[in-house]
Amino acid sequence: MDIMNVNPTRMQMTKLKRQLQTAKRGHKMLKDKRDELMRRFIELVQENKRLREKVEAELEICNAHFVNASAVMNKKSLDSAMMSSKQQTGIEIGTRNIMSVDVPVFTAVSGSSDKGDIYPYGFAFTSFELDDAVEALEQLLPDMIRLAEIEKSCELMSAEIERTRRRVNSLEHVMIPRYEATIKYISMKLEENDRSSRTRLMKVKDMLLEKAHHYSEHNY
Amino acid sequence: MAKGIAVIGDGESIKGFGAVGLETFVCNVPEEAPQLLKTVTEGDSYAVIYMTEELFALTEKERERFAERAFPAVIPLPGVKGNTGAGMRRLSGFVEKAVGSDILFKN
Repeated sequence: MDIMNVNPTRMQMTKLKRQLQTAKRGHKMLKDKRDELMRRFIELVQENKRLREKVEAELEICNAHFVNASAVMNKKSLDSAMMSSKQQTGIEIGTRNIMSVDVPVFTAVSGSSDKGDIYPYGFAFTSFELDDAVEALEQLLPDMIRLAEIEKSCELMSAEIERTRRRVNSLEHVMIPRYEATIKYISMKLEENDRSSRTRLMKVKDMLLEKAHHYSEHNY
Repeated sequence: MAKGIAVIGDGESIKGFGAVGLETFVCNVPEEAPQLLKTVTEGDSYAVIYMTEELFALTEKERERFAERAFPAVIPLPGVKGNTGAGMRRLSGFVEKAVGSDILFKN
């Protein structure tokens, strides 16, 4: 593992030790965040899959109804029947915070409460196939809105999980080992300096004794 | 705050959505889809935009802007031409991005 380009001093080592501690704490927290995000994401994505399967299947049925309707009605009257919608469906939007990810919350607001109001046409000139199609679609609408909400949440969360995972990995495999290696390098360097100055002192002491008394502590 | 729901697709696929109160934007020429999506998203007045899978695939660049934002949610739906599986593939893409491998759809 490569080490940082630092001076091997005691002060630098203390500083690095402090940074290492921060990095380790951050790593633990990010790991917890990632795990929790992942748990929520898996839950959400399973619901998403179920809902999408349902919506896609029902849409197919709706489309079949419309095809039937357009088979028995002429195009012009069908188009004019669909032209004016009595109700305006909107959604109330909000956000919810899941582990620092802002995900949308959609609540449908329908313009009218009268059940018969879903048909934007009179029944005189249209086929019953069309009624089926519109009714099926109307019933599917809440699921479609829920699908949009969940699918967007999944999209946002998957991006956040990827980012968090990258951070965790970079801390775990790059930053922390680098700190540790640098600290080890500095402490070894300091010990080495210590030993070298000790032997130097011993040597000097020997030389001084030799010079003064022609006497040596060691025999070498 | 209340916002609308938009549907973009070919005339046949989205005809019904107008009846249930969604705002429909007909796009019979696939090449015009990116421009249309830009126009629809301009006023920021739609929270959800449904698109047929066919057009969804053509507007990747335009959708990039919303990838990191909560609104609007651009959601692919199958059109009359049948289900291409693009919606499910998108979902499995999310799983792959988050988990590292696709653990939900591999069976």
